[in-house]
Amino acid sequence: MALDFSIIPGIMPALLAGAKMTIELAVISVAIGFVIGSLVGIARVSQNRALKVIAGIYVDFIRGTPLLVQLFLVYFGLPTLIGRPVPPFIAAISAMGINSGAYVAEIVRAGIQSIDRGQTEAARSLGLTSSQTMQYIIFPQAFRRIIPPLGNEFIAMLKDSSLVSVIALEDLLRKGQVVITRTFRPFEVYTVVALIYLVMTFVISKLVSWSERKLKAVGQID
Amino acid sequence: MIKTVGLRKSFGHNEVLHGIDATINPHEVVVVVGPSGSGKSTFLRCLNLLEKPTAGEIYFDGQLITAPGVNVNEIRREMGMVFQSFNLFPHLTVLDNIALAPKIVRHVSKDEAEETARDLLRKVGIADKESAYPQELSGGQQQRVAIARALAMKPMAMLFDEPTSALDPEMIGEVLDVMKALAVEGMTMVVVSHEMGFAREVADRVLFMDAGLIVEEGPPAQVLGDPKNPRTKAFLGKVL
Repeated sequence: MALDFSIIPGIMPALLAGAKMTIELAVISVAIGFVIGSLVGIARVSQNRALKVIAGIYVDFIRGTPLLVQLFLVYFGLPTLIGRPVPPFIAAISAMGINSGAYVAEIVRAGIQSIDRGQTEAARSLGLTSSQTMQYIIFPQAFRRIIPPLGNEFIAMLKDSSLVSVIALEDLLRKGQVVITRTFRPFEVYTVVALIYLVMTFVISKLVSWSERKLKAVGQID
Repeated sequence: MIKTVGLRKSFGHNEVLHGIDATINPHEVVVVVGPSGSGKSTFLRCLNLLEKPTAGEIYFDGQLITAPGVNVNEIRREMGMVFQSFNLFPHLTVLDNIALAPKIVRHVSKDEAEETARDLLRKVGIADKESAYPQELSGGQQQRVAIARALAMKPMAMLFDEPTSALDPEMIGEVLDVMKALAVEGMTMVVVSHEMGFAREVADRVLFMDAGLIVEEGPPAQVLGDPKNPRTKAFLGKVL
């Protein structure tokens, strides 16, 4: 059977709609992940033992189990517990957001720990409390350093979001599968799907390295 | 103003302060000298509880600050500290470095905090640098900003931890001049330093520390000019 790429114009609108969904999922998930990850990352370096342990368990559990299993837990498991179905989109951003939170937490923890101890000492010697020190001195500096790894986390999420196709959410991969049932051209369609993922991740990684250069140029990093 | 009784500090099994009894009186300038590893920086860092003493007592302004339940944040805002490596906040301008703590710790208004900051910058001789970032300044300028930052909290005492040790020789003078001016104004100061000239000229009293103990103390002319203890003699023989 010969390759037939003449079908491409016809399938692009459907695939681009899927790509839009994929981007939405990744953006919302990483946003949720950033909020969770910042709090958990700070908890990981806090003096409070209980907080530290709970945060550690969360990070270990999430990073030690597959995202697909976490997705099934939320989409198929949770409804039996709460007695009503969880909409696919909600299930997807919950599972992916909670998942991303664990990875972002480690990024945030590393960022905080990379700030010189003298910064904390200077702030505390001025009478700032430990939470004021975190808020005004440590976190703003750590934030500049975590932007590049956050970009990489976003790329990872963008690719991993293809897993949601199994819970019937119309992301890029799912749209490709739908198109194949109509065209019977799996090789051509999956090639185009792969290329669309590639374009998206390429653009983001360029943005990440640009922001990295920009931050270095400001000279704010020791 | 500051008094320590039997102050001890260990790191793990290694005891670096073996019971320090010291008194710093109001408006007094005390310079702590001694070989490296003698515990003088640790002693200083215990005074504002940056290091938690293992045993012993510290009184500040009549209050036992090593007692359980003492709010260390309230104590620290009354004791300014200047570090060897400046430790300015690199993400803030010079003005914000100085105005930040008064705003969030003392709840001073933005305008008032910035006005105080500008006065202090004029005092330390770098009024034109208020919107620069720390890394755009020379070491001497950074340390003067650090002094201004500590003074902005209007502390009752100032602690200096080897404030000129990280500076190029030609910048040491400008920092010492600022410290001298402070001493003349009557600020209570504890200075860990290797600057014997400064000690002789400005100190009311010199403490000589060795191996975690105060070995000798007295007016600079006596301790630096006519030391009694053999270890003081040996140390001064090397640095003078």
